[in-house]
Amino acid sequence: MLDKSKINLGDTHSEVVVEDLKRTQIVQYAGASGDYNPLHSDEIFTTKVVGYPSVFAHGMLSMGLTGKMLTNYVGDASLKKFGVRFTNQVWPGDTLTSKATVMSIREENGETLVDLNIETTNQDDVTVITGSAVALAK
Amino acid sequence: MSKKDMPIEKSHIMMFARSIGDPNPIYYDEDHANDSDVGSIIAPPTFTQASAQFDPDYFLRPKIDGKGWFGSGKESTGAKKEGSSSDGDGSGAAMGLHAEQHFEYHRPVRPGDVLTPETKSGKTWEKDSKRAGKLKFSESVTEFRDQNGELVVTAIGVGVQTEKPVEN
Repeated sequence: MLDKSKINLGDTHSEVVVEDLKRTQIVQYAGASGDYNPLHSDEIFTTKVVGYPSVFAHGMLSMGLTGKMLTNYVGDASLKKFGVRFTNQVWPGDTLTSKATVMSIREENGETLVDLNIETTNQDDVTVITGSAVALAK
Repeated sequence: MSKKDMPIEKSHIMMFARSIGDPNPIYYDEDHANDSDVGSIIAPPTFTQASAQFDPDYFLRPKIDGKGWFGSGKESTGAKKEGSSSDGDGSGAAMGLHAEQHFEYHRPVRPGDVLTPETKSGKTWEKDSKRAGKLKFSESVTEFRDQNGELVVTAIGVGVQTEKPVEN
């Protein structure tokens, strides 16, 4: 859990959450999550029928990868809220870096809560996720 | 159990954590988890999205009768053109993308829980976009309650139907 005596406004934590994303990992996410939309695994359908340049990751895979950075930073079972917008698609071969920034530290109902800004970018510095989170601190 | 109930199982949590590349032992190592402050294995923050596995009618899973799916097989559409109206080429369905996702956590999800999701439609709105034509957004709010009726996770999803594939 975040220690309120050790965090400050503007603190950041960032991690590379996936390097050179493989199609196989996208398939693995489809199997675990149950979302088998062929846009994420079926190259022929996605390119020939729908017209995208290749299959692409589930938004929820990008969010899950982003969440890994977040839980590594704030600790297990410490999140109160986590929300994102998917601003760009994530493609096979992408390397993603997720960053959390401390926006405020406040007391509410006897708890210390930390508001975080979240951003995940790809290797070309294109933002694929923007969001926010609220974590419990001690 | 209602027909969409999601029984939380540790092997499913482990597989889900692997799929997001998360090696945190709190998601699979019982000894580590039981000795931790958290006290047991828990699920990663986005895990309730896997409740799709337990929805018998979930439209993005090939059904075991083999009909009505829109991935490629012998034909790249995977569906017969001359079939019934529900047997189209599916490219329309594939225009649906995930725009936003928000979670509120009321307590951690643990193996042994049985979560009952209840989904309500939220607001809808439209927007024009240079990259994908007319966008139709729709929100849904899902409350996951446990075996005691207590709220565990609230999930708010926003889907978008695009007029054409998003230009990149």
